Amino acid sequence: MLYTSVSGLRGFRQMRVSARLTIGAAILLALVLVVALVSLSLGPVDIPTSHVAWIILSSIGFDVPEFARTEQLVIDQIRLPRIVVGASVGMALGVAGATMQGLFRNPMADPGIIGVSAGGALGAVIAIATGTAALFFLALPVFAFVGAMAAAFLVYGVAAVGGRFSMATLLLAGVAINAFLGAIVSAIIIVLPDNEALREILFWLAGGLDSRSWEHVRIATPLIVASTVLLLLMSRDLNLLMLGDDEARSMGVRVGATRITLLAAAALATGAAVAVSGTIAFVGLVIPHILRLVLGPDNRVLIPLSALAGAVFVILADTVARTIIEPAELRVGILTAFVGAPFFILLLIKNKRQVYSL
Amino acid sequence: MSKHPPSLSNGNSHAPERRTRDARPQDARGVPLQAQAKRHRTAAVEAQALSFSVNAKQLLDRVDLRAESGQFVGLIGPNGAGKTTLLRSISNVLSYDEGSVRLLGEDLDKLPARQVAEILALVPQIAPYTQGFTAFELVLMGRYPHMGRFQVEGKEDDAIAERAMRLTETESFATRTLETLSGGERQRVFLARAIAQQPRVLLLDEPTSNLDVLHQLKILKLVRDLVDEGLTAVAAIHDLNMAARFCDRLVLLAEGEVRTEGAPGDVLTAETIETVFGVEAAVYREPATGALAISLIAPAEAAAVEAPVRRETTASRSGEQAVAARSEATSGIR
Repeated sequence: MLYTSVSGLRGFRQMRVSARLTIGAAILLALVLVVALVSLSLGPVDIPTSHVAWIILSSIGFDVPEFARTEQLVIDQIRLPRIVVGASVGMALGVAGATMQGLFRNPMADPGIIGVSAGGALGAVIAIATGTAALFFLALPVFAFVGAMAAAFLVYGVAAVGGRFSMATLLLAGVAINAFLGAIVSAIIIVLPDNEALREILFWLAGGLDSRSWEHVRIATPLIVASTVLLLLMSRDLNLLMLGDDEARSMGVRVGATRITLLAAAALATGAAVAVSGTIAFVGLVIPHILRLVLGPDNRVLIPLSALAGAVFVILADTVARTIIEPAELRVGILTAFVGAPFFILLLIKNKRQVYSL
Repeated sequence: MSKHPPSLSNGNSHAPERRTRDARPQDARGVPLQAQAKRHRTAAVEAQALSFSVNAKQLLDRVDLRAESGQFVGLIGPNGAGKTTLLRSISNVLSYDEGSVRLLGEDLDKLPARQVAEILALVPQIAPYTQGFTAFELVLMGRYPHMGRFQVEGKEDDAIAERAMRLTETESFATRTLETLSGGERQRVFLARAIAQQPRVLLLDEPTSNLDVLHQLKILKLVRDLVDEGLTAVAAIHDLNMAARFCDRLVLLAEGEVRTEGAPGDVLTAETIETVFGVEAAVYREPATGALAISLIAPAEAAAVEAPVRRETTASRSGEQAVAARSEATSGIR
């Protein structure tokens, strides 16, 4: 279908799994640091990268030259939490996307496929429309998270009805419930009399990382890291599941338990990401897909590296989004779709030619 | 299918009777004696009274299967006989309704799934594929049951996988991805993976269904050699000639029941083939290989209905007579 002929392996594909993993992780970790550093120095207040480094080093106890207090405040309270939230979100979407593509044995699957994004959106819209969001600070992310989880449960429940679970039903239930929740969101938007709330909803739906604080880090990042570790531990089982249930079972995988754990971890990560950033499009689809082309389909490589690459991509996109039309900000979700979609189409066209030339 | 003559199950009790009636030479392997001598030891695979049904259709009906350690047991029988279901039950892929399976004396239900995969490998009938994995990567997956959760494959695992690919002659496409391989090539890659799994028991579901004649022979020869080195193999095989030639024992299944079992020479009689498969056949010793050979002459339905007496005579036909019988049979149908 998409990634077809690997006649004579090149580059990363020739390497053993452990080499692919360490080299890939080293490169991407370095990238995360560089992108984060650059992002910390950019913005309305220009902070030289050397100062950024000093500020960070001083905060972990190093003795460094003088720097301005305002610079420290900007980094500590505004840019760093935003970058950490961005990195967490990118990580969540990357691993969840890789997991879903593996579980559905389909490179078109994305983290929102089991209704998590739509559920999160509905939760957020309800919080805003009822005014709860204005009452206390964490109402919006909590509502979004609850909505995301409820939708995932609903989709899974439909697919598991009658005791015979099927991935095909899961996919179809996901499509149906996505459409249903989308309709409710549209209905709320249309009947909403309050223009301010309306604007806020549209703003949230576009997905963004503006004014994210350490509070957001505290609610989302632990969940995302825990889910990622869990997915990492099960990545080998996911490899076997990609060959079919029977195959996996005969190789010693407890299929039912493994699949529900994978689904739950992916849903949890995505739900946490949606709660703090809204729906950021295309990351979960594009990142694992590109990595698979370069590194091959082994999930033991794909899942950890999708986490890192997702983080790089979201930090980078957010940096561009907040600096490109200064002093105004573009939403990061708009930017990821704007860049991601054409890139993805390019990828499709390129690989299609490969299929035909076989 | 109720018009069948009485079931041939518990073949052993009928066997002597048939032997006296049967003029052709007996199978030379002498396995039944061996097998009987081993009866007291723990069998590698022992399934007892396995039953399984789906939507009120009984796929397995109190099936017994015993494979001694170091034995090559062939499962034969028409489509829908339950061969695949039986293999899937033994390999923990599906949970049967009733009965029990013991692997190396241990209750299958009580063994952790991982441990089952260390003992037993299954080569599926239709080799599945996932985009992107190379043949070598797939064969390496055979090492998973032997690795800890935090472990990745080491040099030793590579060497085991490479050896398995050499044995199955798949090393030439080691770096090709599965979806670029033909069905037969993929089937051999899956056998390589099963070998890399280093099981004590190898289950094969029609391992030669997609293979050319050369590779059919080579693969069954390979399994035979592995069995001679101590592996236990249970294989569903459609080709009766191949089954007769390579297996120590055959178990004939039909409609989810064991119809008869024993040495190939005892199971593969013209009479049995006609009753169970509905094919008029001649069984004789092939001069070139010395193995039991089965010539399939014609669908037996017409003959069975019109001239039931003829069935008795076909049982004692030799190969030369069979050729003569062929023209006789066709003219009879016309």
